[in-house]
Amino acid sequence: MASEQTSTGYIKHHLQNWTYGQHPDGAWGFAHSAEEAKEMGFWAIHVDTMLWSILLGVFFLWAFRKAAKGATANVPGRLQNFVEWICEFIDSSVKGSFTARNTLVAPLSLTIFVWIFLMNLMDLVPVDWLPSAATWIGSTFFGADPHHVYFKVVSTTDPNATFGMAFAVFFLVLYYSIKIKGIGGFAGELTLQPFQSKNIVVQAFFIPINFLLEFVSLIAKPISLALRLFGNMYAGEMIFILIALMFSAGLGMGIFGAFLQMGWAIFHILIITLQAFIFMTLTIVYLDMAHNEH
Amino acid sequence: MNINLTLLGQSVTFIFFVWFCMKFIWPPIMGALNTRKQSIADGLAAAEKGKHDEELAKQRAVKELKAAKEQANEIIANAQKRASEIVEEAKDTARTEADRIKTSAGTEIEQEVNRAREKLRGEVVSLAVAGAGKVLKREIDAKANEDLLKDLVAQL
Repeated sequence: MASEQTSTGYIKHHLQNWTYGQHPDGAWGFAHSAEEAKEMGFWAIHVDTMLWSILLGVFFLWAFRKAAKGATANVPGRLQNFVEWICEFIDSSVKGSFTARNTLVAPLSLTIFVWIFLMNLMDLVPVDWLPSAATWIGSTFFGADPHHVYFKVVSTTDPNATFGMAFAVFFLVLYYSIKIKGIGGFAGELTLQPFQSKNIVVQAFFIPINFLLEFVSLIAKPISLALRLFGNMYAGEMIFILIALMFSAGLGMGIFGAFLQMGWAIFHILIITLQAFIFMTLTIVYLDMAHNEH
Repeated sequence: MNINLTLLGQSVTFIFFVWFCMKFIWPPIMGALNTRKQSIADGLAAAEKGKHDEELAKQRAVKELKAAKEQANEIIANAQKRASEIVEEAKDTARTEADRIKTSAGTEIEQEVNRAREKLRGEVVSLAVAGAGKVLKREIDAKANEDLLKDLVAQL
């Protein structure tokens, strides 16, 4: 693939999502280039991101549902054992950081951890395999121009996916903050600290400063959550793409690249797990903060 | 890299997954885990109780064994005592019996002797009478001297 294109073209091609949306001329269809995808604006959808995230999410739910259906208190089977191991791990993480009582938090954490882990895991599939397969299928069966078939496999390298989850978590944080503390309590939390004064006039002066500080820290929660995951996965993906470029630069570079790819993949196993875990832990911590007065 | 509808799509998908997980996955798995935890705890408690019971049973068995041994010893002692008593009794009986037999044998012997003596005396008398008769045949009549001879026999 790279031999037909420049390195820049190869990288750009790999970083472009498969987009479906409305063209500026009013017709609905797939974007044939990055420019076209950009022109579609907000009312477009990344088909590959949705496809892979839903596929992996459904796989997660299917496998865990299967284990949950057959869950018995007797000797567990292999799948049940594995699922129980993950659930116990999540449960202990939640119990360690979440002090209030809420039945939503543990399943939420489980979903976040396993789903993000599975989406991240797609990063370990060599970068050209699935896109090449998609290109072949697209051009063979649907008559698409091979250069216009875009296929990004790792959903978490799409900021839409990470922000989508982060905003959902943020919504939950806002919901529980207001539900537990009331609108007044939540507003007070945003405006009456960290600076406090017994003098009413001074306190009134502090309110905008407090609000500015607290609002920024509140907004920083979903943004940091989304950007941390996106940044890590995007960078990891980028390195895989750069390493893949070496395969078209002669036998020596190719072999060197293979070793590099293996090394980076092994290191990446740590990163994909860690990022899933961090996203989950921060979600638990944010929800814990939403439940506690301070 | 464009922010678009995918954002909402992902949020909705995510919320649906969380809902599904909360409704159909987490409760049964945690339920199974808790049930198993409970049954293991129960099993351990039962094992502990069993061990305790075994300890008690052992102690009771030792006590019973000791009591049984004591009883056995007592029975043996009684039996020995009784046995020696029986032996003594038997000896006494045997001695008495022996004495009785001896006495009766002695009496019989005496009677036998007396009878023999009586018989002998009679024979001696008759012999003596016969001898004397033969001697005196010629001189005196046997009838005349019979009273005299009877006196003599009685004196013997």
